Amino acid sequence: MAQQSEIRYLTPLSVDVKKKKYCRFKRSDIKYIDYKDPEFLKKFLNEQGKILPRRITGTSLKFQRRVAQAVKRARHLALLPYVTDLMK
Amino acid sequence: MNHYETVFILTPVLSDVQMKEAVEKFEKVVTDNGGTIVNEENWGLRKLAYPIQKKSTGFYTLVEFDANPEVIKKLEIAYRRDERVLRFLTFRLDKYAAEYAVKRRTLRASKANAPKEVEVKEVVEEVKKED
Repeated sequence: MAQQSEIRYLTPLSVDVKKKKYCRFKRSDIKYIDYKDPEFLKKFLNEQGKILPRRITGTSLKFQRRVAQAVKRARHLALLPYVTDLMK
Repeated sequence: MNHYETVFILTPVLSDVQMKEAVEKFEKVVTDNGGTIVNEENWGLRKLAYPIQKKSTGFYTLVEFDANPEVIKKLEIAYRRDERVLRFLTFRLDKYAAEYAVKRRTLRASKANAPKEVEVKEVVEEVKKED
C-alpha cells in the first residue's frame, strides 16, 4: 500500500538550493574601501551608475554605508560618472 | 593634529612647471600653518568621467598631511581662490583609512623600486653572458 501512495515524477524534482549571499568585505576582511579605485567600485553600481541595493549585493549595512561614501567621493572627483548609460 | 588626505584636479592647460608650482603652493599653505606633508602622489593627466568647466581631462594630485583642523579652512579657501583648480576633496582619515594609506604607500614605493631591480638583474645577466 505504501508503494502505491508514492508519487512519481517523469523528471526528478529540482530542489533549488539558493546560494546564501554574503558580505564580501567581512569575508575577505577589508576594513577600508578606497574611493581611488573606480574599477572595484563598479561592482556595486548598475549600468546607469546607480549604487546597487544591499539585497542584491549582499553587503552588510556597515559596509554598504562605506561603499556609498566611497562611490560618492569618486563621483565628486570625476573618477566615476554621476549618470551614464551602458557602463559595463 | 589629525591625519588628512586631499585630492585636487588642476586644469589640463598648465605646463609641467606651472603644475608643480601650483602643487607647491598648496603644500606651502599646509606647512606654513604648522602641518607636515606625509605623502604626495601625482596621478598625471587623467580623463574625467564627466566634463568639469568644459574640460574633459585634468591633472590629479594627492597629498597626505598631518595638521590641525584650522588648516583645512585656509587650504580650502586657497583652492576656491585659485582658478587652476577644477575640483578638490579633503577629508580626515580614520584608523582604517590610515592603515590602508600606509599599505598603499609602501606598495607604491616597492613598485617604484621594482623596475630598477629588474634592470640591475638584466645587467648582471648580460655581464655573465659576456664572460
